[in-house]
Amino acid sequence: MTVTESGSNEVTVPEGHVAFSIDGVSMTAEKGTLIIRAAEQLGIEIPRFCDHPLLDPVAACRMCLVEIEGQPKPQPACAIPVGDNMVVRTQRTSKVADDAQKGVMEFLLLNHPLDCPICDKGGECPLQNQAMSAGRAESRFEGSKRTFPKPINVSAQILLDRERCVSCARCTRFADEIAGDAFIDLLERGAQQQVGISEDTPFDSYFSGNTVQICPVGALTNARYRFRARPFDLVSVPTVCEHCASGCSLRTDVRRGEVQRRLAGDEPEINEEWNCDKGRFAFPYLTEDRITHPLVRDDNGDLRTASWPEALGMAADALTAAVGSAAVLTGGRLTSEDAFAYSKFARTILQTDNVDFRARPHSAEEADFLRSVVAGSEGPTYTDLQSAPAVVLVAFEPEDESPIVFLRLRKAVTKGTTKVYAVAPWASPGLSKLGATVLAAGPGQEIQALAGSEDVMQALRQPGAVLMVGERAATAPGLLSWAAQTAADTGARLAWVPRRAGERGALEAGLLPGMAPAAWGELAAGVGFPGVIEALVTAAEPEEALVPVPDPEAPESASTEVVPVEDEEPEPPFRALVLAGFDPRDVPDGAALVEGFAQVPTVIALATHHNDATRAADIVFPVAAVTEKAGSFIDWEGRRRPFPQVFRESLILSDAGVLAAIADEMLQDFGPADPIALRAEASTAQPATRPDRPSVAGAGARETSAGEAVLSTWRQLVDDGSMQAGEPYLAATARPAVVRIGPANAADLGISDGDPVTLTGTTGSVTLPALITDMPAGVVWAPGNSGANLVADLGVTSGDTVRVSVGRTS
Amino acid sequence: MPLTPVITAHWDQPDSFTLEGYRRNGGYSALAKAFEMGPDAVIATVKDSGLRGRGGAGFPTGLKWSFVPQNDGKPHYLVVNADESEPGACKDIPIMLANPHALIEGIIIASYAIRADHAFVYIRGEVPHVIRRMHAAVREARAAGYIGDNIAGSGFNLNLVVHSGAGAYICGEETALLDSLEGRRGQPRLKPPFPAVAGLYACPTVVNNVETIANVPYIVNNGVDWFRSFGTEKSPGFKVFAVSGHVQRPGIYEAPLGIPMAELLEYAGGVREGHELKFWLPGGSSVPMLTAEHLDLPLTYEAMAEAGSMLGTGTPMVFDETTSVVRAVTGWLDFYKHESCGKCTPCREGNWFIHDLLHRFDQGRGRSDQLVVLDNVCGQILGRSFCALGDAAATPFPSAMKYFADEFEAGTTTPSSVAFDPAASTVFSEVKA
Ligand SMILES: Cc1cc2nc3c(=O)[nH]c(=O)nc-3n(C[C@H](O)[C@H](O)[C@H](O)COP(=O)(O)O)c2cc1C
Ligand code: SF4
Ligand code: SF4
Ligand code: SF4
Ligand code: FES
Repeated sequence: MTVTESGSNEVTVPEGHVAFSIDGVSMTAEKGTLIIRAAEQLGIEIPRFCDHPLLDPVAACRMCLVEIEGQPKPQPACAIPVGDNMVVRTQRTSKVADDAQKGVMEFLLLNHPLDCPICDKGGECPLQNQAMSAGRAESRFEGSKRTFPKPINVSAQILLDRERCVSCARCTRFADEIAGDAFIDLLERGAQQQVGISEDTPFDSYFSGNTVQICPVGALTNARYRFRARPFDLVSVPTVCEHCASGCSLRTDVRRGEVQRRLAGDEPEINEEWNCDKGRFAFPYLTEDRITHPLVRDDNGDLRTASWPEALGMAADALTAAVGSAAVLTGGRLTSEDAFAYSKFARTILQTDNVDFRARPHSAEEADFLRSVVAGSEGPTYTDLQSAPAVVLVAFEPEDESPIVFLRLRKAVTKGTTKVYAVAPWASPGLSKLGATVLAAGPGQEIQALAGSEDVMQALRQPGAVLMVGERAATAPGLLSWAAQTAADTGARLAWVPRRAGERGALEAGLLPGMAPAAWGELAAGVGFPGVIEALVTAAEPEEALVPVPDPEAPESASTEVVPVEDEEPEPPFRALVLAGFDPRDVPDGAALVEGFAQVPTVIALATHHNDATRAADIVFPVAAVTEKAGSFIDWEGRRRPFPQVFRESLILSDAGVLAAIADEMLQDFGPADPIALRAEASTAQPATRPDRPSVAGAGARETSAGEAVLSTWRQLVDDGSMQAGEPYLAATARPAVVRIGPANAADLGISDGDPVTLTGTTGSVTLPALITDMPAGVVWAPGNSGANLVADLGVTSGDTVRVSVGRTS
Repeated sequence: MPLTPVITAHWDQPDSFTLEGYRRNGGYSALAKAFEMGPDAVIATVKDSGLRGRGGAGFPTGLKWSFVPQNDGKPHYLVVNADESEPGACKDIPIMLANPHALIEGIIIASYAIRADHAFVYIRGEVPHVIRRMHAAVREARAAGYIGDNIAGSGFNLNLVVHSGAGAYICGEETALLDSLEGRRGQPRLKPPFPAVAGLYACPTVVNNVETIANVPYIVNNGVDWFRSFGTEKSPGFKVFAVSGHVQRPGIYEAPLGIPMAELLEYAGGVREGHELKFWLPGGSSVPMLTAEHLDLPLTYEAMAEAGSMLGTGTPMVFDETTSVVRAVTGWLDFYKHESCGKCTPCREGNWFIHDLLHRFDQGRGRSDQLVVLDNVCGQILGRSFCALGDAAATPFPSAMKYFADEFEAGTTTPSSVAFDPAASTVFSEVKA
């Protein structure tokens, strides 16, 4: 942009730009710039309702009318690009424009209920504000207003007050253009025009909350925030979402020590101005059922409240005794600073390399992949996705697992020329909305499908192509090796997209065996989740099992000799376990792990909420939730997303704070535990990474016998996740849990849509309605944690075989 | 000026609407000629003829056709606007009833010219008899090989679909029509892009009125000079005028453009027996009204514009002294309020406002200061709405005030039904008297 004083003719117009003037100020701007945007650059605000910089113009509200020299009628600034030598006059210098705007404002208020005192938007309402700046003080309308019954639900979460609607079509355009969920539309005509849904299809979009945020009036509200606060009573803090690895900027609005609502922050390079409903609405967990005091196990074996000094002292004693024989297991939701604190605490104080953050199905191949290819890598970024000629998705369902990746891909596809390919068992709604070319493949068949597709390989060879793998790839042997090799071969950029916000940060903090910075000294090679669980299970093996079983065929009289049981206490597999924000229901064999606690003298859990692990631990410390501490997450791009402490007055210690306090009690020097110091330290203590890529061969799909199928599964965005607790409105918008099954297998079983199908794994089963879906034979799909947690309740994950039966099991 | 029946020439024949009737009178002979000329020559001919769109705006038809990009690799479409929903307009419906094959022949020629192999006729949904007749005519034409592949050995293929609307005035607006045709809710689209560049299914599309297209075979057959021998320089040709209202013989009168209203009125037998003209509208409720002083003006696009009105659809409505202007204007606003699509604020809300105020005057409850508000509100709609429907809604009141301010003043005390007996302006008033 170039701006010169009025009258001067010395504007040089760069290539592809045009010169024009607004209110007498000459300027240049890129061709195609809309008048309203150009005026903004000058600091001239033209009032508007339907205009939104990220939506296509509609020029419907007519609020932004300006005068353009040579045009007989005032023109909508939001829809007309600046032209060469165009002379534009806004309401500031043109009576025509000012009159036009005042007229439109009078019209907008005509049928508006003006119930600002009971409207959630009151105080932050563009209609209120612009009525002040562009409206007349008195209404000349004396007739009766159009009325509608007050709010109706367009979904469980979103409510619509049609009287307040100004028909700007921002919400409907968002749903259609951005989310691709055109579940709301304008209906009827004239003053009866209203937003609505079709009878049986509520506005159950993962992105529905954005419409509330961009509605320029109080027509759209959400059940979560409705009637809860006044904007002027709220304190807004820019924060970052803790749910997934998309890395959204949020705005957290608080009042009296409680989060009232969360909004999408404006982050052009990441989430633009959008976010998902989980990030927006799933925050009641922050206050519900928190662990508030340290707990220790008493003589009766019950957990009792303890003072901090007592609990810290006990923990210090136990850990001092466990130096060199401990393991530190974390969930995937730590801030990168806290993750670094655990990494450092394990290595420097507990002298162990037994660490792991992958509280989910994982593999040794994955650990190698993460250490060699992902750790320390930079990009690709959202911007790279948008400019990529092709993006290939492997074991990754962006709409469910990283919604902002989905939105950016959709933008790349709808506004640009990006082509999306996905290897997946079925064309999910998300993939369909991306117009993705789906290579149908069940778990284990991915490599064959990808490598066998000349289109995909060609696409990957285009400069700028991106290969995205999800965390689920760990469950398909060889897939991550293939991805790393293929990226190297084709030149495609490789992105690993975990589901949880803290995983990438934990990786960068070295929370995997073999990743301790050299400065922390030599340590024996450690084990992660699988090693720890195996050690515990082995140790727990009942001694009777070692006893030869009597041969039932043998004659009664033949006596069997029993091996004498050793009296000496065996050395425990670990002298202490430290568990951080870890829920055993997330990992395969989590129940065995908890059972194995019996083999460990001291289990210490740091957590915000209780779960099977905290309930079985010996010492429990409460830690700060994301609003009670500062920190950062590292998103899937590898970009640091720092956030401040929302509740500055909170005294709850962060994980790092608790670790430092324990270290103090151990008379060990942990160093400062504040996030800034930890971040600085982490930047100099680079974790060791292993140079070699994994090279595991693909195993192909698992063999199944009659009545069995290979399970494909991922977690839906809105599901039974513990951080979505306490938000029934969000939960009610979740996609229904179904078992998807191919037509041939359905025919074999004699079932049709809606019939109950039972999937049985190694430890349990789940019954869900069938949904016959075009997918490879021998594969079934079920959501990972909707109704049943497949890992915890069935003991299966993607790629495992399950028994498939019709109807309910008794 | 004599009447010049061309499109209406054979309507007195009982089978004018059949393929046979049409052919007997020379129908489908322009087709061969057009195929011989080649598409570009057809466009040039229509351009040279000066034919202007009969849908209301009078846009030069040949020019519109020439905007369609050629060799762009995209399908092209011709869409015939047969939504005719303007109050007072009744010319396209009779054309389709009595001479559907002229329309079909015009469609084939126009499609050939703009390289469209798919054409649509979008007919308002309230006229099932007309829709049936068009379907029958298309069936006949298809059977005779005028529609389908390799028409008359020309190598030109055309499919023609008759589509029925669902009852919305706005779907006559060309871009709303296209949305409706695509299966969406009919609301006008933001222009540019214009339909000629991105119309139906985002492909180059020409939207023309029924009468416009029905002119085409006659122009191709008889030539530019013949066509220009009717009408004026700026308004060449003839027009299917539909005269309605308080006249002796309401109906269709095809005459050269430029015929004065007084003469047309004579053809229609003059104003009702014993009554005198109060006001008239040259082309539907959307154009400003005129009075007796304008009767001698030629009915051309340019003369009507100069008089402060518009030729519009060229379907004059005549009102005699029994008519309450207030009631007439209020009635039109009932229509516009009902038909506003709701997309833009000035028309959606402005109509609600005008409607409320006008009803006060109609009921004798108005206040003088509200006349200023009314005028003001119309000014806040005119030129600020998204499409021409808003402008149309803002037209009746100011134009009525220009000539009949006193009647609105009277509306501050006297209901229109008291000032003007509603029965007196009905067709059956004489029967009663
Ligand atoms: C509200 C509205 C209704 C219209 N209705 C019709 C109609 O019923 N028939 C028609 O031919 N044109 C109608 N038009 C005009 C069309 O938008 C368009 O200008 C016309 O179909 C072009 O055809 P022409 O160039 O042959 O006149 C309408 C315009 C508006 C704004
Ligand atoms: S509900 Fe809000 S966003 Fe949607 S059209 Fe109405 S005013 Fe606009
Ligand atoms: S997309 Fe991910 S980061 Fe963004 S709001 Fe949703 S859960 Fe949070
Ligand atoms: S003027 Fe506006 S509301 Fe009226 S019909 Fe046109 S677009 Fe719809
Ligand atoms: S903001 Fe320009 S018309 Fe609505």
